[in-house]
Amino acid sequence: MSESSSHLDLAVHATGLVKRFGDTLAVDGIDLDVQRGEVFGVLGPNGAGKTTMLQMLATLLPFDEGDARIFGVDVRRQPHVIRQLVGVTGQFASVDENLTARENLWLFGRLQGLASKKSRSTADELLGRFGLEDSADKPISQYSGGMRRRLDLAASLITRPPLIFLDEPTTGLDPRTRGQMWETIRDLVAQGCTVLLTTQYLDEADQLADRIAVIDRGRKVAEGTSDQLKSQVGSSTLQLRLLDPAQTAAAVDVVRRVVGDEPVLTPEAGGINVPLADANRAADVLIGLREEQLLITSATVQKPTLDEVFMALTGHGAEDEAQRPEKEMAR
Amino acid sequence: MTSLMSTRVDETVIATTYEGVRALAVRPSVRQTISQTMVMAWRAVKKMQRNFEQLFDVTIQPLLFTAMFAGIFGGAISGDVQSYLPIIITGLIGQTVVTACVATGVQLREDMDKGVFDRFKSLPIARIAPLAGPMVADMLRYLIASLLTFGTGFAMGYRPGGGVLGVIGAIVLAVFAGWSLAWIFAWFGTVGRSAQGVQGISLMVMFPLTFLSNAFVPTETMPGWLRAFADVNPVSHVITAIRDLANDGAVTAEVGWAILGLLAVVAIFAPLAVRSYSRKM
Repeated sequence: MSESSSHLDLAVHATGLVKRFGDTLAVDGIDLDVQRGEVFGVLGPNGAGKTTMLQMLATLLPFDEGDARIFGVDVRRQPHVIRQLVGVTGQFASVDENLTARENLWLFGRLQGLASKKSRSTADELLGRFGLEDSADKPISQYSGGMRRRLDLAASLITRPPLIFLDEPTTGLDPRTRGQMWETIRDLVAQGCTVLLTTQYLDEADQLADRIAVIDRGRKVAEGTSDQLKSQVGSSTLQLRLLDPAQTAAAVDVVRRVVGDEPVLTPEAGGINVPLADANRAADVLIGLREEQLLITSATVQKPTLDEVFMALTGHGAEDEAQRPEKEMAR
Repeated sequence: MTSLMSTRVDETVIATTYEGVRALAVRPSVRQTISQTMVMAWRAVKKMQRNFEQLFDVTIQPLLFTAMFAGIFGGAISGDVQSYLPIIITGLIGQTVVTACVATGVQLREDMDKGVFDRFKSLPIARIAPLAGPMVADMLRYLIASLLTFGTGFAMGYRPGGGVLGVIGAIVLAVFAGWSLAWIFAWFGTVGRSAQGVQGISLMVMFPLTFLSNAFVPTETMPGWLRAFADVNPVSHVITAIRDLANDGAVTAEVGWAILGLLAVVAIFAPLAVRSYSRKM
């Protein structure tokens, strides 16, 4: 696809998106450019405004401020056109529990103008593609979480929309089902779809997204490829665990003196992550700690993870909110 | 090609996707709206089939109420049950249909709270279709209620004087009445905060509408102020019209008034319902 700088060539071009709920700024001036044919990941903890932003772009929520164009079409002025261009899957768009999978897909096909026969064959084809033929006529209530997600996704693909919104596609899924979902999403992209997905899983963005925007409290705090984001926290990280968590402050002083950079405290007591421009500086830090009689239980040097990126960017961990997916999916 | 982006050409907008240029309609056509409404009606019928308890109010209730009310009031009001049947059967049709309307609003509210409604919102379909579909499908409920009430009456010895045509006319009117009055409750359904809330308000409206009418007793026995309300109550007019059709086979002025009254209800409440509904869509 062309990498033209003209915003008219973009799949999504949004500027200054603002959404308020009462006094709360759910989305606080976000700009977003999504290239055609790429997977763009929006990463952030729960309540960061990811879903709200997606709902705005999908015409499900009115804008308070800002403008957005999808394939050049004005989202605010042409909602009906946008709905023909965007397939929405996620926490907020599911299927009808009273119908079977086959009936659901037929219904959504008919609603979007397919003739009855065509709608039936499209439903069959999608059921096959998503491995749901065997359960096609069972009530949805008997579906596992993974099957539900696949059906949700199948339902948004009936008219082959060029742009797909995926709102937390794997939240609450077990690791194996998650891997299957990732494969499905990669297949979509291989067929030329543009995908805008939100996730609270750092590894998911890392795995799937060509580019990532990190969202925190309604604002975009960083944007770039996974590698670009990682390089913002140095080329590698020294992960330390102190024997006595009470000595954390003293250890932080040492790190500051030796490396000249601010270390990141991890949520575990006594855990310190030190960003290093050069992995060989790790020894200097360890020697510095030794000289101050600060004992450690473990020290490892690693390439930075997106977790660290997130913490470095927002000053607080993604873990507090992000690593308890089970609670959030109850909706 | 890029200069074509988003150029408005009458009723379509040009979008340039990776597949090339697509011309897309700015709004659904009337034909699409009707077809989408019928698909939504199909969905509502499927839902009825799968949740049979949703049909209790139009199946069990007519059977039970007809036998019960005829037995309780028959002797007191008309001397004996047989001569009360022409009054109570027709009255109960009106009463049952209004009761069935309440479920229309409550179920609409329940539906709107579900995730599938968000998908409906995200689809390029007429905003009105998810509301209009169930309204159409529920006409089936009113039909079932009317047929069963007549059937029970017939089993109890009711022989409508209006003959087959009169009874058919009465049933058609009852179904039309159900559809029209359902707009009141559909409106409640769109403004209520929860399904329970909608149920609460709806029952408060439903009881006066049905009992402060000529459904069970002649209005002459009521105190003046009650009678004044009962006489202008559109439900009274509908029931009188049903009686004229079923018992006398006569298309009287009351039939005209009933239809006029129902159209007035639609004219007031349909726009209200559609407006508050569109806001949520």
